[in-house]
Amino acid sequence: MASKLNLKVTSFTDRKRKLKSQLIIGVLLFLALLACFPFLFISAYVISKGIGSLDWAFFTQLPKGPGETGGGMANAILGSGTMVLMCCLLGIPWGMAAGIYLSEYGEGKTARILRFATDLLTSVPSIVVGIFIYGLIVIYFGFSAHAGATALAVIMLPIVARSTEEILKLIPNHIREAGLALGIPRWKVILRILVPGCVGALVTGVMLAIARVAGETAPLLFTALGNQFFADSLSQPTASLPVQIYNFAKSGFPDLERQAWAGALILVLFVFVINFGTRAFIYYKKS
Amino acid sequence: MDGEVLKVEKLNAYFNDFHAVKDVDLSVNYHEVVALIGPSGCGKSTFIRCLNRLHEEVPGARCTGNVWLDGQNIYGKGVDPVVVRRNVGMVFQKPNPFPGLSIFDNVAVGLRLAGVTKKSVLSEAVEEALRKSALWTEVKDKLKKPGTGLSGGQQQRLCIARALAVKPPVILMDEPTSALDPISTAKIEELIVELKNDVTVVIVTHNMQQASRISGRTAFFLLGELIEYGKTSKIFTKPQNLKTEQYITGRFG
Repeated sequence: MASKLNLKVTSFTDRKRKLKSQLIIGVLLFLALLACFPFLFISAYVISKGIGSLDWAFFTQLPKGPGETGGGMANAILGSGTMVLMCCLLGIPWGMAAGIYLSEYGEGKTARILRFATDLLTSVPSIVVGIFIYGLIVIYFGFSAHAGATALAVIMLPIVARSTEEILKLIPNHIREAGLALGIPRWKVILRILVPGCVGALVTGVMLAIARVAGETAPLLFTALGNQFFADSLSQPTASLPVQIYNFAKSGFPDLERQAWAGALILVLFVFVINFGTRAFIYYKKS
Repeated sequence: MDGEVLKVEKLNAYFNDFHAVKDVDLSVNYHEVVALIGPSGCGKSTFIRCLNRLHEEVPGARCTGNVWLDGQNIYGKGVDPVVVRRNVGMVFQKPNPFPGLSIFDNVAVGLRLAGVTKKSVLSEAVEEALRKSALWTEVKDKLKKPGTGLSGGQQQRLCIARALAVKPPVILMDEPTSALDPISTAKIEELIVELKNDVTVVIVTHNMQQASRISGRTAFFLLGELIEYGKTSKIFTKPQNLKTEQYITGRFG
């Protein structure tokens, strides 16, 4: 076709601009890959160090004394499992209730203060949470799984609350109005219409909070303390994976250090499984 | 049935300091379709949201005046807005099926949360509502599929079915077809005309042909005031007010 307007759609400066753009994209890609590096490095290192000491006994036996070979971390795995479960029973309903309040009823000054306090609680160092529970519970009742789980729940609470709030806020307001317009009371609109509509996202938030608390060491040092054996009850000092890893790693005995690596591997695998499981769950919900 | 199902007296609605609806008096008869027309921002939507007490759910919103629904003042003492809304259904501008709920559950949810648990009662009500909203044949084989997976026009008919399922005597519609294509619009208009046998419809519309096609009476709003209200045929052929005439002939708005 003949050119009537004599338009130019390419130029030298254009090519220069494209080159610059590609260069910047390249730098960004490099930095993004670099950001993944610590993750890959940690995973590879933990797996290579830990896989050798991982056997059936690791899951079923108590730790052996220093100098003896064999044994396992059954007490720590059970202790961590128990405390994370108890923490969930306390932290998930509590955190979700707070998140629902902030999202659905949170207007005005009270809500602003609460939201700010929740954010502050998220950034409180976990060791301070441990000391707080020590002063609140351990001084009176001693070291126990109860105290450990409570400390974990305090850490979990703001994470669950804020994620619940943010997720509910993503639901457009006309959905709430549609519920109200059907003559459904507000609380039922929230629990029976809004929450089921975003359950996948809510579960994701909760799972990430569980992954976060499962690896906490500092708050458990002051609350559950640790235990070389199985705890007889929930009111006794209780072993946990992070604390046991910490103790074994600094013990100076090669056998215990190897066990610590295996424990670290289990912890990393647990977090993997949770993240992977969450994604699988979302995928399943969508299809 | 003769008489007024809705009687609005001196209704004033506000958003904080903004006076959105000014001293409106208007009544609607049983089994009537009333259209509200007027330029954007003239208070039509706010006005109908006062008829099911949804206006007050917006932070900073309030209203004064009386609205008599079947002889009872919905702004009277001791009135529960939840019960009012059960009797005055609403369809919104944007189709808004509940996310995560199936087609069936979207229609059943109103009854279910009102305490109906019997499966047979629910399925009958859902089928009836979907038939009335002319959606049944299109969705009867995929009731378990999510409501958000339907097309825009189907979603809006689903929302109408959802509103019909709880059998409210009055249904408010806030520009229900403005987001839809002409074919879906035609279906919904047909539907509204048929609904007249069972319910009373108050509909906000920007489409004046639509108002003239479906409504018995039309109200013209301007800047929060009710300028003229009367038989639709008369409003569109011999409006009494100069502003109404200017608006419907497209000279402003």
